[in-house]
Amino acid sequence: MTSHKGSVGRARKGVGEQGTAVSVSNMWDGERVRRDEAVSVDILELTDSAEESSSGSMDEQKGACENGRTMGHSDVVQRARDAFEAGRTRSIDFREKQLKQLLRMYEENTTEMIEALAKDLRKSKQEAVLFEIQFLINETKNTLFNLHEWTKPEKPPKSLVNAMDGVLIYNDPYGVVLIIGAWNYPLQLTLLPVSGAIAAGNCVIIKPSEIATASAELMAKLVPKYLDQECFHVVLGGVPETTALLKEQFDYIFYTGSTTVGKIVRAAANEHLTPVTLEMGGKSPVYIDNTVDMEITAKRIIWGKCANAGQTCIAPDYILCSKEVQNDFVEKAKTTLKEFYGENIKNSPDLCRIISDRHYQRLVAFLNNGRIAVGGETDPSERFIAPTILVDVKPTDPVMQEEVFGPILPIVNVDNAFDAIRFIKSREKPLALYIFTQNENDMKLLIENIPCGGISCNDTIMHAGVDTLPFGGVGHSGMGAYHGVHTFNTFTHKKSCLVKDFNPIAEKLVSNRYPPYSEKKMNIVEFLMRKRKGVKLGCLPYVIVFALGFAAAYAVSAVIKASEHNGDPAI
Amino acid sequence: MRTGACENGRTMGHSDVVQRARDAFEAGRTRSIDFREKQLKQLLRMYEENTTEMIEALAKDLRKSKQEAVLFEIQFLINETKNTLFNLHEWTKPEKPPKSLVNAMDGVLIYNDPYGVVLIIGAWNYPLQLTLLPVSGAIAAGNCVIIKPSEIATASAELMAKLVPKYLDQECFHVVLGGVPETTALLKEQFDYIFYTGSTTVGKIVRAAANEHLTPVTLEMGGKSPVYIDNTVDMEITAKRIIWGKCANAGQTCIAPDYILCSKEVQNDFVEKAKTTLKEFYGENIKNSPDLCRIISDRHYQRLVAFLNNGRIAVGGETDPSERFIAPTILVDVKPTDPVMQEEVFGPILPIVNVDNAFDAIRFIKSREHPLSMYVFSKDKSIQNLLVSQLRCGSLCVNDTLMQFGVDTLPFGGVGHSGMGAYHGVHTFNTFTHKKSCLVKDFNPIAEKLVSNRYPPYSEKKMNIVEFLMRKRKGVKLGCLPYVIVFALGFAAAYAVSAVIKASEHNGDPAI
Repeated sequence: MTSHKGSVGRARKGVGEQGTAVSVSNMWDGERVRRDEAVSVDILELTDSAEESSSGSMDEQKGACENGRTMGHSDVVQRARDAFEAGRTRSIDFREKQLKQLLRMYEENTTEMIEALAKDLRKSKQEAVLFEIQFLINETKNTLFNLHEWTKPEKPPKSLVNAMDGVLIYNDPYGVVLIIGAWNYPLQLTLLPVSGAIAAGNCVIIKPSEIATASAELMAKLVPKYLDQECFHVVLGGVPETTALLKEQFDYIFYTGSTTVGKIVRAAANEHLTPVTLEMGGKSPVYIDNTVDMEITAKRIIWGKCANAGQTCIAPDYILCSKEVQNDFVEKAKTTLKEFYGENIKNSPDLCRIISDRHYQRLVAFLNNGRIAVGGETDPSERFIAPTILVDVKPTDPVMQEEVFGPILPIVNVDNAFDAIRFIKSREKPLALYIFTQNENDMKLLIENIPCGGISCNDTIMHAGVDTLPFGGVGHSGMGAYHGVHTFNTFTHKKSCLVKDFNPIAEKLVSNRYPPYSEKKMNIVEFLMRKRKGVKLGCLPYVIVFALGFAAAYAVSAVIKASEHNGDPAI
Repeated sequence: MRTGACENGRTMGHSDVVQRARDAFEAGRTRSIDFREKQLKQLLRMYEENTTEMIEALAKDLRKSKQEAVLFEIQFLINETKNTLFNLHEWTKPEKPPKSLVNAMDGVLIYNDPYGVVLIIGAWNYPLQLTLLPVSGAIAAGNCVIIKPSEIATASAELMAKLVPKYLDQECFHVVLGGVPETTALLKEQFDYIFYTGSTTVGKIVRAAANEHLTPVTLEMGGKSPVYIDNTVDMEITAKRIIWGKCANAGQTCIAPDYILCSKEVQNDFVEKAKTTLKEFYGENIKNSPDLCRIISDRHYQRLVAFLNNGRIAVGGETDPSERFIAPTILVDVKPTDPVMQEEVFGPILPIVNVDNAFDAIRFIKSREHPLSMYVFSKDKSIQNLLVSQLRCGSLCVNDTLMQFGVDTLPFGGVGHSGMGAYHGVHTFNTFTHKKSCLVKDFNPIAEKLVSNRYPPYSEKKMNIVEFLMRKRKGVKLGCLPYVIVFALGFAAAYAVSAVIKASEHNGDPAI
């Protein structure tokens, strides 16, 4: 910032550019030091992956692998850029074909996808299908169904002064976009934005998380088999590769992961003034009051917390409730857990495992926060942690300082909705908020007073499944939003266009804008441009159509009568 | 120039100002729609009651003529504020997007949340309009606003610092004055949104600073907005529209036509018509015309004068350093490598680079950064379409200049080096609004039974049921069906009415 002397306004000369971009590599390193303030978790992956990948199996997979050749990052990006500039993605037919291929990829490789997810997270088939594969299929279908509608130029309403003109908003692709995925839903979070990016006409570089090795390798194998090999590329690698990749110029970057890395991604993007969407995390609170059906409440919370063993960006992170509600919840949660996973949870095939040893260790350390009311069993050999509820947790405990991202659910006691609001607002804005109450006033109070990415009332996670709702964070939980048409819009530059002709009468009218200026000219233009309250039609068109129908019936019968009088047979 | 926000004679530091706005926001002061409506009405009053002072300030800063002051700045602000007022209730109420069968029983809503405390950094070229236009939308969305006018347009900056606290709520809305050191310090504060208008270089610095707190930004920047002219046009009208767009504010407009791409023949015709137009607009002695602005500063004047030896002067070229006057000048035989083609001109100098056809023009424009605007002059629809579809730019206008900026249903903003984000009309409101999605369910036991298939222990059967429920189906496009039904209802109603009448006639009752 010190270098921007004399630079305000339009002058660019003499304005230094040093000091504008944060050194990416420094920030990666600084990462480990800044653990205490980290809200999120995934960065651990990036660091432990650095260790793993230097010794591990992913080394030989660096760069995009196509036709057996390994290309460098610049080559891959350049190839995509060449394809984009050549107009390869411009036609809607091409996009439709690619989307259909993507759909085929999901449908023909369901089994392999389930296997990869089982390998990475010991994910059960039902979770693999419902949270990942089916989700991807539905999003791709939705995009296909609406492709023509979304891509055609929008014609916004125009005022009287533009009555003779064309007023259009074109949907331009950005160009070459980079999508960086996360490891927790390694297929869904990486590939979901791809449909929208394709629909919008972009070329896409896909960078799966290196932590979910099997899923990453599967995507690297499948994508070039199904999608156009000039436009769409999968790049594998860990921190060094991602750092190098971010030095390339992209036209849009879509990142899913931790807040700390999100900041690094955006700093790197700033070098080329690349716009970004950041899908990050945060501690998503749950508020429960004493008006709820606790049996259903417990089921919905435990389900949302235990899906993927809590490794979900919108998983309920902690509960705020009174002591009484807590007791009831803990009781019902015990029953629910038994119902879900049986007497011996470790033997249930339905609970995922923790992704890495590092995460396992991080989570186990939380178990001595407060007091364990339910659960607490662990097994390092399997990276198994039983669903655990912690009570008597203090807001200052470590488990309340960062996103849990595991099957551990701390409860902090508050007296009422106001206390809950105060508690949540004193922290960074969460990605999701869950409100359990049958009291409409309290529900409204919480909804209106708490800034957060999205909300489910009386359920968890489900708002992310509604594709007409934009999904994304605010503040430290992210910027930008996607799902459904919002994904398409994310990857689209809205290019406004006004089309005029050389009509001499229109020219005469607007020539009052030209010098030499005068009061009279000014007043005429002012009058033409003046904003007037638009007429709200409401249901008027329907009333008119109804009246027309009514009148038509009379007209028809009149015609019939007339023809009868003439002695002609009525037809 | 004063630094810091001056209110009630006290000078407050930046942190104090931001904290005061934040306290007001957290206390919920801006939450009620009534409050926002009142503030917008006050803003409107501020414009309407101080038109003369605003015209004077603009004359002082840029020697702006009254007509340009009114039409490009004051009236523009009034229209935007009115539009915001007219639509305030519509825009602020939660949106109810369509929902699928599986959510038929649930509430599906998108709330329009304010971000919190937003910073708006204005520019000096349209010092009132570019600084205050985003303010209406920010207020409508329920934010508290810190306004930082450009220090280069001194009179306008001081006027805003004087007027804003007189009309708007003093807890929520603040004007901060100052130059680079003050702006640098201000950017260290935490904001919830930053809206910046100015140069690409500073825009990058602003975004880097914003990243410290992960603050989202809108960057309204510039670029070299090209004009393409082919030989199908009405050259008289074309010349007028281009010269008008170029000379308004003496070319110090972010969307001003920056350079022309055309063939040699078209160029000759254009230069001829431009000469006539300039005489018509500004008379024989342009320097004496009251309608042409002056260059904002000596530094900019020097920068522009240096361009005059690029290529060959076909029209204009007169300068006067004492007034910072530069006559509208057309440069021909300009090479793409000349300095005037390396940066945004931002003054009344219009270089022409020759190209043979639209394809050449496309190649030329695509080899450079994405411009903020582009102007296509052609009667040939296929040429229009070619350029419109092939070129990426913020916005564009066919057969005119600047006018796309005035259509408030069109989002205005750049792409790539010309900016990110867009505003005007509802787009300003959306810029300052976080769309908070919300799904509302209840504890209905039947619904719970249905969705309980999502719970462990998992099974094929459960999975298939949920899969079936969630499956995406092609929506039925209703099109004009509702109207057909209503028409049919009207038709049937008429028959029903006449049947009733007939029946009652048969019964001997008088028809009512």
